[in-house]
Amino acid sequence: MLELVTTKLEDVANWGRKFSLFSYPFVTACCGMEFMSVAAPKYDIARFGAEFPRFSPRQSDLLMIVGTITEKQGPALKRIYDQMAEPKWVIAFGVCASTGGFYQNYHAMPGADQVIPVDVYIPGCPPRPEQVLDALILLQDRVARKDGHSQLRLKREKIVLEQSRALEDD
Amino acid sequence: MSQKVLDALKAKFGDAIIATESQHGDEVALVKREKLKDIATWLRDDAAMAFDMPVFCTCIDLLDWRPVKAPGTASSARPAWDPTGDGKSPRFEVCWQLRSVPHRHRIRLKVALHENDVKVPSLALLWLGFDWQERETFDMYGIDFQGHPDQRRIYLYDEFIGHPLRKDYPKEKRQPLVRRSDLVGDH
Ligand code: SF4
Repeated sequence: MLELVTTKLEDVANWGRKFSLFSYPFVTACCGMEFMSVAAPKYDIARFGAEFPRFSPRQSDLLMIVGTITEKQGPALKRIYDQMAEPKWVIAFGVCASTGGFYQNYHAMPGADQVIPVDVYIPGCPPRPEQVLDALILLQDRVARKDGHSQLRLKREKIVLEQSRALEDD
Repeated sequence: MSQKVLDALKAKFGDAIIATESQHGDEVALVKREKLKDIATWLRDDAAMAFDMPVFCTCIDLLDWRPVKAPGTASSARPAWDPTGDGKSPRFEVCWQLRSVPHRHRIRLKVALHENDVKVPSLALLWLGFDWQERETFDMYGIDFQGHPDQRRIYLYDEFIGHPLRKDYPKEKRQPLVRRSDLVGDH
């Protein structure tokens, strides 16, 4: 019975989370222009409940990596990700953030997922605003289905904890 | 366009000017390294020159480069490039582009360097604008600017080994600072 209540409660919480993603825009390059147009009234990301850019990672649960990530930025990106509260989600915006894009050289990181996990990748250089909205809807589905990377990680950690408790009890 | 600057340089410094050329409307003087500072100071302070604006400082890596065969030359062999006449081709050319706002003329100073001796006098204290430019040239090419007030890497991190714009730096070699612990294989 208790399990039923907590699962239902979590569903309700995830329904809430899905429509109130607070994004932290980690904007480093030209993709930022397209990010602005998604946020501006014409495409208006606010229609999907993700209109609030938070400039502190501690107050946000969606990390938007917008633009090229260099090797030098790696430690900063990891630190920002670590500072965000669980559960959290990550979108790689544009090919640079997803794979390094056309950069194949000494300075560009071949995708932000070299340093932190990513939930949704948006291709395009830069992606069209429609693609970004599509990615956001995909991400909302994942939030509701509870298979964002940090939700899965929490679930794994819970299972491991329960198993070790059960072992101790034996 | 600034031929008179080249003529004045040659008249004043003679031997210290190894070669001059004019390319796409820009006058270039290849000068002796030992005389660079004197020449630059004179260019800045002389009233008829008055080069008051540093435009850029950069470096050219001439690894295995040979000049294009001059038209009309019979032999198909391209001679090695040897401006200093000491039988060795220089590896690097460091250049400083200057402009005079009052006289509206430009000049580029060049110094040729051999691979194992990349020291060159710094012009950062003559034109403060060259400070960061010379740091960038040091960062990317490893040119050692003697007398630079603060010669550190400017774009890359201190852990970086080598100088990436040198032609012999492997072009896809990355030097990561962090990677996810759950990723396997080297990148
Ligand atoms: S994907 Fe294209 S538009 Fe986006 S940051 Fe890279 S180069 Fe710029």
